[in-house]
Amino acid sequence: MTDAKKDYDFHKESHTERMVINMGPSHPATHGTVRFFLKLDGEKIVHCETEIGYLHRGFEKHCENGSWTQAFPYTDRLNYNSAIQNNVAYAMTVEKLMGVADKMPERGVYIRTIMCEFARMADHYTNLGAAALELGALTAFIYFVEARELVWDIIESVCGARLTSNYIRIGGHASDLPENFKAHVKKVFATNRELYEDFDKLLTKNRIFLDRMRDTGSISVEEAIQYGFTGPCLRACGVEYDVRRAQPYLLYDQLDFDVPVGSTGDNFDRYLVRMEEIRQSMRIIEQAIETLPEGPINIADPAVRQPSKEGVNTVMEMMIFHFKNEIEGIQVPRGEAYFPTEGSNGEVGFYLVSDGGGKPYKCRVRPPCFAMTQAMGRMVEGAFLADLIPTFDMINLIGGECDR
Amino acid sequence: MFEYSYIPPAPLLPEILEMMLKIVFIFTMNMGFFAPVLGYVERKQSALMQDRIGANRADLFGVTAGGLLHIMTDAIKLLFKEDFIPRGADKLLHTIAPLIAVVPALIAFTVIPFGGTYVLWGHKVNLVIADLDMGILFIFAVTSLATYGGAIAGWASNNNWSLLGGVRVAAQMFSYEVAMGLSLVGVFMVFGSLRLTEIGMAQENFWHWGIFYQPLGFILFFACALAENKRVPFDVPEAESELIAGYFTEYSGLKFAMFWMAEFLEIVTIAAILTVLFFGGWNIPFVTLQSLVSFFGFLGDTGSQAAAMFLQVAVFWLKVGALIFLQMLIRWSLPRFRYDQVMNLGWKIILPLALLNIFLTGLFILAAN
Repeated sequence: MTDAKKDYDFHKESHTERMVINMGPSHPATHGTVRFFLKLDGEKIVHCETEIGYLHRGFEKHCENGSWTQAFPYTDRLNYNSAIQNNVAYAMTVEKLMGVADKMPERGVYIRTIMCEFARMADHYTNLGAAALELGALTAFIYFVEARELVWDIIESVCGARLTSNYIRIGGHASDLPENFKAHVKKVFATNRELYEDFDKLLTKNRIFLDRMRDTGSISVEEAIQYGFTGPCLRACGVEYDVRRAQPYLLYDQLDFDVPVGSTGDNFDRYLVRMEEIRQSMRIIEQAIETLPEGPINIADPAVRQPSKEGVNTVMEMMIFHFKNEIEGIQVPRGEAYFPTEGSNGEVGFYLVSDGGGKPYKCRVRPPCFAMTQAMGRMVEGAFLADLIPTFDMINLIGGECDR
Repeated sequence: MFEYSYIPPAPLLPEILEMMLKIVFIFTMNMGFFAPVLGYVERKQSALMQDRIGANRADLFGVTAGGLLHIMTDAIKLLFKEDFIPRGADKLLHTIAPLIAVVPALIAFTVIPFGGTYVLWGHKVNLVIADLDMGILFIFAVTSLATYGGAIAGWASNNNWSLLGGVRVAAQMFSYEVAMGLSLVGVFMVFGSLRLTEIGMAQENFWHWGIFYQPLGFILFFACALAENKRVPFDVPEAESELIAGYFTEYSGLKFAMFWMAEFLEIVTIAAILTVLFFGGWNIPFVTLQSLVSFFGFLGDTGSQAAAMFLQVAVFWLKVGALIFLQMLIRWSLPRFRYDQVMNLGWKIILPLALLNIFLTGLFILAAN
C-alpha cells in the first residue's frame, strides 16, 4: 500500500460533513422524555449522545417531605405502566426496615403477588405494542392496547384506579379483592390469550418485523453486566438473572414458572423474552388464584398498618394509633434498607434511610431503565438511524422512572 | 382553373362534448370522490380491523351520517390552517413541491380506460381521455415526476429530517421505477401492445385476464407500485417514528393536504392500472360486450349500448374499489421496512425476478408459437 492510499480519508477528500441532528425531546419516538444528539454519516449513526432529565420531578426529594405513607402516590408515577410493582417494592422496603416483613398475612402475600404480575402483563403489553407501533404496525399495537385495557379493568376492580393505582400500603393493602375476582380474571384471560395469538401471528414470524429486530441493538453479556442491565434485556443476552428466582420474595419461591432466556441479546430476543413473560405471568396468576387463601390482608399491628375506620370507632388503641399515624406518621426505626424486586423492566429497588421519625431521611430508587439508557449510544453507534427506534423501544425507557 | 374540393369539417361539437364529459367524470371521480372518501374509508377500515369504532363524531344538526361528515371537517381544518414556511426555506420550491407531487397523480389517469368503446347515437365513444399508443409508458413518465415533489419538498424545507426524507424518496423511487417498468414488460409481450385500451379489449375472455398470463408480473408490479405509493410497509421516506414526517415535516394546511391527496390518488391510479392490466379492465367475467348489448336489445340501439356502458364502467370501479381495499389491508397489517432493506428488496430481489419473468414469458411465447 502506498503512502498516498494509506492517508486517504474519504470524509476529508470528498469534503462531506456529518449531519448533526437533534432527535427529541419533541420527536414522535422520544415522547418528550429524552434527547438523542446524533451525528449521522448518511443513514448511519456515527455518534449518539443521550440526554435525560426532561421528566425530572424531584421524586426522591419529595419523599423526604412527607410521611412514609405519603410516598405511595409518588411511586405510582415512576414506571406508571406497572405502578403496583413500585408500590410493592416501596412497601416491602419499609416493612423490612420496620422488621415486620414476615408478619404479613398469607392472603396479603398472595394479593401482592397477583397484582405484581398483572402490572407486569400491562407493562409488557404496553412496551411490545408501542414497539410494534413505532415500527409501523399500528394494528398489532391496538390489539395489545385492548389486552392492556382488560388487565386495567381487573386492576380497577381491585383498587378503583387504572393507571396510578396507589393500592399497596405499609403493612397491607387499601382494599381486598372484589367478590367475583376469580371469574373476572378467567374471562379476561380467555380474551387476552386470543389477542396474544393475533399479535403473535402478526409479528413474530413476520419477515419485515424480524429483519427490523434481529441483530439490531445487540450487546454482549459482559457489556450488559458492566452497564448494569437487568430484567428482560439482560435475560435476552442469556443471563438467567431474575430477582424472583435469585432472591425470592412474596410467593415466588412456591410458584412454578419459567424464566425465559435469550441468546443473542438483540432486540428480537428482548421481544421474545417479554412475549414469553406475559404467558408466564398468566401462569403465575392462575396458580396463585387457585390456592388463594381466605383471611386478613393487613398486618394486625395498628402501629404499622393504619387501622380500619370501624376499629378506630370501637377500639381505643386503634384510635390512638390512627391519631398518632396521621399526625406524626408511621414510626420507622433508625436504620437503612435496600430491597430488590423484579420490576417488569428489570430490578426495581428502593434504598431507604430512616432517622427514626415519621419521614424518610433519604429515599433512593434504582430504576432499571436508567442503566440501560446509558448503553443507548453503545448499542446504536454504527447502526442505521432506523435501528435506534426498536432499540430504544426495547430498553423501554420510562421517563418517570429514569428521571425520577 | 382551380379545382375546389370541399372537405366537410368533422363534427367537432360531439367530440368536444365527449372529451369534456370524460374529463369531468374522471376529475370528479378522483378529486371529488376518491381523494376525500378514501380518507374516511381508511379511518373506518383501520377501525374495523383494529376493533375500534373510528370517526363518528362530526355532526351537522345532530346528523353524523356514520362519520361521513368528517370528510368535510377535515377539509375545513386543512383550509383554515396557517400556511407555514420555515425560516431559511426556499419559498418558491417549498410552494411548488406539493403541486409537483399532486399533478402527476391526476394526469396519470388520462390514459387509463375506464370502459370500452360504445356507439351512442351513431357516435363512437371510447371511454378513455387520451388513447395513446404508448399509454403505460406515459404513466411511468408522468408518475416518476412525482418523485421531484418529494425530493424538492425535502430539500426546500431547510430541515434535516425533511432532507433525510427527501433523499430517501429520491433513492426509493429511483430504485423501484426500474423494477416496476421491467415487471410489466411481460404484460406487453403477452398482449403485444402498450395501448391500455387494446390490453383491456384483449381480456374480454375471463381466461385471458392478465393475472393468468402474468402471476409473477402481478406480484412484482404490485410490490413496486406499493413502494412508489410510499405507504406502510414502504413508507421509509415519511417514517413517522424515525423522521417525524419525512419530506413533508414542514408542511401544513392545504400544502400538506396536497401530499396527502397525491398519496390517495396514487392508490386509485395503482388500483386502476392493476385492473386494466391484470383483472380484465371493464370486462365482466364470462360476459362479452356483444352478449350484454343483445341482452339489453329491448332498449334500442343506443339504449342497449348505454346500458352495457354503465354496467361495464360500474364493474371497472368495483374492481378498482376491491384493489384499493386490498392495498389498505396491506397498509394496516405490516410493519415498516428499514431504508437499506427496501433497497435490497428492490435491487436484489424484485429486479432479478422481473428479468426472470421477462425471460420466462419470452420462452412461453416462443413455445406457444
